[in-house]
Amino acid sequence: MQPTRTIKPWNDPKIRALVFQAAVIAAVLWLAVTLFRNTLLNMEHRNIQTGFGFLGQTAGFGILFSLIPYDESYSYGRTFFVGLLNTVLVSGLGIVTATLLGFLAGISRLSRNWLVARLAEVYVEIFRNVPLLLQIFFWYFAVLQTLPAPRRSLNFHDLVFLSKRGLYVPAPVFGPGMEWVGLALLAALIAVWRLSRWETRRREATGQIFPFWRVAAALAIGAPGLVFLLAGAPMTWSVPALRGFNFAGGGVLLPELVALWFALTVYTGTFIAEIVRSGIQAVSHGQTEAAAALGLKRGQIIRLVVLPQALRVIIPPLTSQYLNLAKNSSLATAIGYPDLVNVFMGTTLNQTGQAVEVVAMTMSVYLTISLVISLAMNGYNKRVALKER
Amino acid sequence: MKASHWVIGFGVLSAVAMAAAPASAGTLETVKSRGQLVCGVNTSLPGFSAPDEKGKWSGLDVDYCKALAAVVLGDPAKVKYVPLTAKERLTAVQTGEIDVLARNTTWTMSRDTSLGLNFVGVDYYDGQGFLVKKALGVKSAKELNGASVCVLAGTTTELNLADYFRANGMKYQSVVFDTGDQTLQGFNSDRCDVLTSDQSQLYGLRSKLPDPGKAVVLPEVISKEPLGPVVRQGDDAWFNVTRWTLFAWFNLEEAGVTGKNVGEMLKSTNPDVKRLLGVDSDLGAKMGVGNDFAVAIVKAVGNYGESFERNVGKGSPLQIARGQNALWTKGGLIYGPPVR
Repeated sequence: MQPTRTIKPWNDPKIRALVFQAAVIAAVLWLAVTLFRNTLLNMEHRNIQTGFGFLGQTAGFGILFSLIPYDESYSYGRTFFVGLLNTVLVSGLGIVTATLLGFLAGISRLSRNWLVARLAEVYVEIFRNVPLLLQIFFWYFAVLQTLPAPRRSLNFHDLVFLSKRGLYVPAPVFGPGMEWVGLALLAALIAVWRLSRWETRRREATGQIFPFWRVAAALAIGAPGLVFLLAGAPMTWSVPALRGFNFAGGGVLLPELVALWFALTVYTGTFIAEIVRSGIQAVSHGQTEAAAALGLKRGQIIRLVVLPQALRVIIPPLTSQYLNLAKNSSLATAIGYPDLVNVFMGTTLNQTGQAVEVVAMTMSVYLTISLVISLAMNGYNKRVALKER
Repeated sequence: MKASHWVIGFGVLSAVAMAAAPASAGTLETVKSRGQLVCGVNTSLPGFSAPDEKGKWSGLDVDYCKALAAVVLGDPAKVKYVPLTAKERLTAVQTGEIDVLARNTTWTMSRDTSLGLNFVGVDYYDGQGFLVKKALGVKSAKELNGASVCVLAGTTTELNLADYFRANGMKYQSVVFDTGDQTLQGFNSDRCDVLTSDQSQLYGLRSKLPDPGKAVVLPEVISKEPLGPVVRQGDDAWFNVTRWTLFAWFNLEEAGVTGKNVGEMLKSTNPDVKRLLGVDSDLGAKMGVGNDFAVAIVKAVGNYGESFERNVGKGSPLQIARGQNALWTKGGLIYGPPVR
C-alpha cells in the first residue's frame, strides 16, 4: 500500500485560490470605504454640506419641456425625474429611428443597384466621420435659420404651425370616461397576442391559413372604438393659436428635441449600417444560392434566410451602438435640450452646489440605462443565437 | 497576472487615496512658492474678462487678478487665467483648482454658507435685466407674458427669472444654454424673444450682435446682483489678502492715488495716504505681503475708478455709467473700510 501524500494547505491550489480571492475582495472593499470616508472628511474640512436633503427643497427654476407635470414650485428631486424622462425619450426615439435607418442603409450598401449602393456609401462615409457635437450644432442652427419666426409661421389650415419655436400640432384633451377606452385597448391588445399564439400553433400543426391581420386589426380598432362611442366620445382637441409671443395650446415638437434626435439618428445610423453590412456578408453565399434555388424572391431571401442568420453577428455590436447613443444623448446640453445632464447636472448642481451627490446620481442613471439596454439585448441575442441540437 | 500582483496594486492605490488627505498648507504660501496666481475668469465677457486676438486677457475681473498677483508676487503678469463656465466655477474653487475666482459671481447666502466658499467683497453692483429685439415693440418687462427666454445655465439669473414671471402672473419658456455665446446665438437666431442676464452682461452681449442697434435693454432691473471674487472657506490668511487687496483698490480711488501720480503721492504728507501706501506703516507685512502692496496695485492696474472706466466705462465700448458703482462719497455703494 502506498502512503497517502498529504498536501500542505499553502500548496493546495484550491485553498490558495480561495485565500487570494478573499484577499482581493477585502482590498477592494477597503479601498471603496477609504475613498468614501476620505471624500466625506475632505468635504467636512472644507465646510461643504453633504447629504441628499436638497432633493426635497423647492427648485424654483423653469424647464423648457417636461413629460410629467412640472413648474417652479416642484422639488429638486422632481427635476431629476424630468431630466431622466427627457433623456429616456430622446434615447428611445433615437434607438428606433437609428435602427431603421441603419438597416436600410446597411442593406442598400449591398444593393445591386449602383446608385442606391453609392448613395448609402456616401451617407455612411460622411456622417460617421464628422464629430457628433458638430452635427448637433449643424442640425440645430440649420433648423433655426431656415424656419420662419413664430409670427410668420408656416400655417396648415390653422391646425398645424411650423416655426423656429417648433412644430405645433393639435393635441387631444381627454374627458372623464376615457380610462374605459384605455382599458378596452389594453384588453384588445392582450386578445390579439393570445390570438397570434393560437394562430401560429394551428398553422404549424395543420398548415391552415387564418386571416390573422384582418381579425387583429378589427379587434384592436373595433373594441376601443365601440367603448369610445358608448362613453359619449369623451375627447376634444386643443388647437394651437398664436397668443402674444408664442403659440399656446396643442402639442409641440421642440427644435431642440428634433435636432438632437435627428443628429443621434443620422450619426448612429452609419455605424449600425456597417454592422448590418458585415452581418449580412458573414452569412455564407451558399445560403442565398440555396434559397434562390428554392424559388424565393430577392426580398424574401433577405427577410427569411439571410437576416435571421445575420442577426447573430449583428446583435452584440448593435448593443454597444445603442449604449453609445444613450450616452451621447448627454450632448443635449450644448443646444439647450433639457435632458438629465442639462437640468440636473447643470442647473440643479449649480443651485445646490451638491456636486458629489448630483454627479454620483447622474452617473448611476447612465449606468442603469446602459445595463438595462445591455440586459434586454443579451436576452434577445439568446433568442436569435444558433441553437445547437 | 497573478492574484498577488492585484493585492499589491490595490495596496498602492489605497495608499495614494489615503495620502490625498486635506492639504494644510495655506494658499498664500502655495501661491508664493509656485510663483504664479491661478485665477478663475469668465470664458468671454466683454468688459469683465475676455481674451483679445493675441490671447491677452483684459477686463475688470482680470484687473483684480492682476492686482492680487502684484500684491502677492510683485508682478501683475504672474497670473494663470483659467476660463470657466458658470456651471464649473464654484466647483473649481472648492477643489482648489484655482486660488481665487474673479468671474462676475453673485454673492448669495446659500453660496456663502453651505458651499465651503467665502465672498471677498463686492467689486460690481449689478442687477438682472432683459434684452429684446426692437421689432417686437416691447417697452416694459411686464409685457413679456408667454415669451421664450434665453438664459445661461447655472446662474442666479435662472431663479430670478422664474420668481419674476411668477410674481407677475406671467408664463414663459426658458431655453437654457451653457455659455454666453450660445445664449446670444439662440437670441440672435430668434429661438427666443428675450435674453436675460445681469445688466452689465446685456450691454456686452449686445455689442457682439451683428446689428446691436436692433436690440434694446428694457428698463426693469428685477434683482440684486452683487458680484465679487470668491475664495475657499477656512483659509483666513488668504481671505485677508484677497479682501484687503480689494479694499485697498477702492481706497486708492478715494485717496486720489492714480497710476500716474503715485510717484508724487508717495511724498504726500497726508497721513491717510502715507498709511495706505505703506510709507510709514507695517500693515502689509502683518498680512504677509509687502508694506507697499497698495503701490503695487495702483502701478499694475490703477485705482478702482481708473480700471472701471478703462474696462466698462467711458474708455470702453460698453459705456456703462458709474451709477451704483461710484464711490460712497459720490453717491454710490463702493466703500473701502479704513486702512489703519
